[in-house]
Amino acid sequence: MDRGRRAPDAPPPPECALELRGIQKRFGQFRALAAASLSLWKGEIHAVVGENGAGKSTLMNVATGIYQPDGGEVLVNGIPVRLSSPRRARELGIGMVHPHFLLARRHTVLDNVLLGLPGVPVLPDRKALGERIRGLAGRYGLPVDPDAFVWQLSVGEQQRVEIVKTLIHDARILILDEPTAVLTPSEAGELFGVLRRLKADGTSIVFISHKLEELLEISDRISIMRCGETVGTVTTRSTTTGELARLMVGRDVVLDQTPGAPAARGTARPLLTVSGLSAINDRGVPALKDVSFDLWPGEIVAIAGISGNGQTELTEILYGSRAPVSGSFRLGCDAAPVTMSPRRAIGSGISFIPADRRRTGTAPGLSITDNLLLKSYREPPYCRAGFLDRRAMHDHAAELVDTYEIRCACLDQPAGTLSGGNLQKVIIARELARSPSILIAVCPCRGLDVGSIETVRRILLAARDRGTGVILVSEDLDEVFCLGDRIAVLCGGALVGPFPAGEVDRVSVGLMMAGARCGKEGTDASRPA
Amino acid sequence: MRLVRRDAPSALRSVAAVSVACVIALGLASLIFLALGRNPLEAYRAMVVGAFGSWYGLSESLVRMVPLGLCALGIALAARMGLWNIGAEGQLVAGAIAATWVALFLRPPDWSMVWLVALAAACAGALWATLASVLRAWIGVSEILSTLMLNYVAQACLEYLVYGPWKGPDRFPYTVYFPQSAWLPLWPGTRIHPGLVALVVLAVLLWVLLKTTRLGFEIRLTGDSPSASDYAGVPARSNIVLVMAISGALAGLAGMFEVTGLEHRLPHAVAPGFGYTAIIVAWLARRHMLGCLLVALVFGGLIVGGEDVQITLRIPQGAVGVLQGLLFVSVLGAEVFEHHEVRWGRR
Repeated sequence: MDRGRRAPDAPPPPECALELRGIQKRFGQFRALAAASLSLWKGEIHAVVGENGAGKSTLMNVATGIYQPDGGEVLVNGIPVRLSSPRRARELGIGMVHPHFLLARRHTVLDNVLLGLPGVPVLPDRKALGERIRGLAGRYGLPVDPDAFVWQLSVGEQQRVEIVKTLIHDARILILDEPTAVLTPSEAGELFGVLRRLKADGTSIVFISHKLEELLEISDRISIMRCGETVGTVTTRSTTTGELARLMVGRDVVLDQTPGAPAARGTARPLLTVSGLSAINDRGVPALKDVSFDLWPGEIVAIAGISGNGQTELTEILYGSRAPVSGSFRLGCDAAPVTMSPRRAIGSGISFIPADRRRTGTAPGLSITDNLLLKSYREPPYCRAGFLDRRAMHDHAAELVDTYEIRCACLDQPAGTLSGGNLQKVIIARELARSPSILIAVCPCRGLDVGSIETVRRILLAARDRGTGVILVSEDLDEVFCLGDRIAVLCGGALVGPFPAGEVDRVSVGLMMAGARCGKEGTDASRPA
Repeated sequence: MRLVRRDAPSALRSVAAVSVACVIALGLASLIFLALGRNPLEAYRAMVVGAFGSWYGLSESLVRMVPLGLCALGIALAARMGLWNIGAEGQLVAGAIAATWVALFLRPPDWSMVWLVALAAACAGALWATLASVLRAWIGVSEILSTLMLNYVAQACLEYLVYGPWKGPDRFPYTVYFPQSAWLPLWPGTRIHPGLVALVVLAVLLWVLLKTTRLGFEIRLTGDSPSASDYAGVPARSNIVLVMAISGALAGLAGMFEVTGLEHRLPHAVAPGFGYTAIIVAWLARRHMLGCLLVALVFGGLIVGGEDVQITLRIPQGAVGVLQGLLFVSVLGAEVFEHHEVRWGRR
């Protein structure tokens, strides 16, 4: 038997594990799904792609009983069913990993897994469950500590918990909504191993992702969605990235933007000099070890690394929302090290695009206008003598919405109602509108569609060309090599590099991300211009 | 039957949901009145007439509206920032004690008397709230517990004073009467005092504060997402202390109006649950400053009408408390129906 690698287009048509036919869904005036369909064959990995807002997540929420469709049919194993609730979907063997995590932050990993299990006795056998989690974690290469609290985990680690939560249900149909968005290439590779093993066991998998190369690697077939409709399903073996991008967006897309040479340094001085920074994380464990680097005007320093290796701590210290244990950093020509606070960072022209868009980068209940002015509201012309000038705020917001092509119904709409890509544009618009001298961007393209990624990369390069020093923290090697003028790797809290982009290759950076020491130990503070 | 989430509710839908909730609460309370052998329709009619049917009834409802409204404004303001001030009762008592101290023992010149009394009461209320807010801002002690506990401390202080050093010459737990200069003028023929004007003015000021000022923006931001607020560089600690102080000052003023406007001395029962009822008022008003005025009037009427039916129909006081509680629960429940649509049948 050909270990699960069944030829997907071989006659006769294979049985369907899950079939969605002509699904419709409206939210008020907004038509999220028009005629979306999907037929998931047994034992295949079926990718779903589409721009942000194309309806992928909505369709998957219908398939897992979170949303009730306004029209259309759902069939599981060929039998029409009504997925009245997520529990019903789970009983039918449908499991889902959501893009933003559905975890109780104040509870342990074990508690969170326990929460989703049916028929738990009053006094559950926690020890056995802990063993089961460790077993699953070990088997699938998803290391999680069952006793850690969720709030202590990095975004990447929380993702692993979500995956374990689904695996523990023995789901026969597994839906993964952008599972690799927070994983590094090597972690994604491990996940693919897990998925292939599951597929070999006969599990059917729906895989949503924006990363087209990844889809081509892992999937058997690919469905493309646009504006709430399924515009086509193609066999993976007979398609290309270019064709997929064209089908998704409806035009050709240029992702590989070749950055021009960075500005010559000349007599300029570094914008930021970090020396010997060490820090502990929320659990009290050392998270940063003696990190030193500098940042010059008009360059992008890309810091590659798997999340949870000190990125959060480093960026929070630079932005002032966390204090270092030892070490310091200096801004511009200042001789004295600064004691940073978010307020001072904002005042010194440091902009920050945080990893957590929905709670930190924006206030979901406040309007788009308020969110676009989250940092400027206390300055003239928006605030005079303690009173806000609503008109000036509105005009500024309208201008930014226009410039950055933020798609929204109106400016008073709560920011929480925006799609991920549009929300990120709100944050980027706000941070760049302040013409920062330093921009710290953490995974700015995570979870965005190819069209938005193109826009964000263009914006970052434009900021660099205007003389902004950009620190780009990313888990995506493509992004690191596409944008970085100098590339550093953060692993286990220690920084290797930065090296000029031409002097390192993807393999060595990938190895360093995974923890291998770099052979060339020449950390260059003064790069040849 | 199932609930389907919907978009932001229209104003009409909100009003409809609250109205239906009130009808349901009244219906449920009817069962209690029936069990007591009273005709519920008659009881409700008597309550409405008692509270709003005559100039006297309306004026008394307005008098009760003042402490409820002032405390509710403070609670609602703190709630907009994500803080639970359960301590309006104690802050009201602290305000009343401070007002009494100024009126009876400091005895400032007549022209400055009411102003100093008000200032002292506001400061005392603010101070009482600050005890809790400082613990919250610097050590992270839950303000829900600390404000609640401080209520009992304030009441104990009050009882010590009126049974002890401040006790008047007769047998009852009151102080002596204040000098006339500390008595607030009344609307002729009623007990309506300037507190009513102060309440309306303060409600409008706070509404403007939330809508148009920098502090208001910061309050709404912190209330919506504390981490976004830190990220935006909002001074969290000083804002917690400031907002709780405003909240406490409002309750302190409520205590001042009770003693200088109505009692003219300090009784041991200066705060018969106003601070707690005000929590209900603030929540029913959805933490909206102007909404607090309207709901406070309704609850003022409920107190007056309730007292009325106690006398005329001999309905026990507890039944009115039950009605209050039912209104609270059903209006809170109505929030679900504002944000969700009910669909019947399969699919």
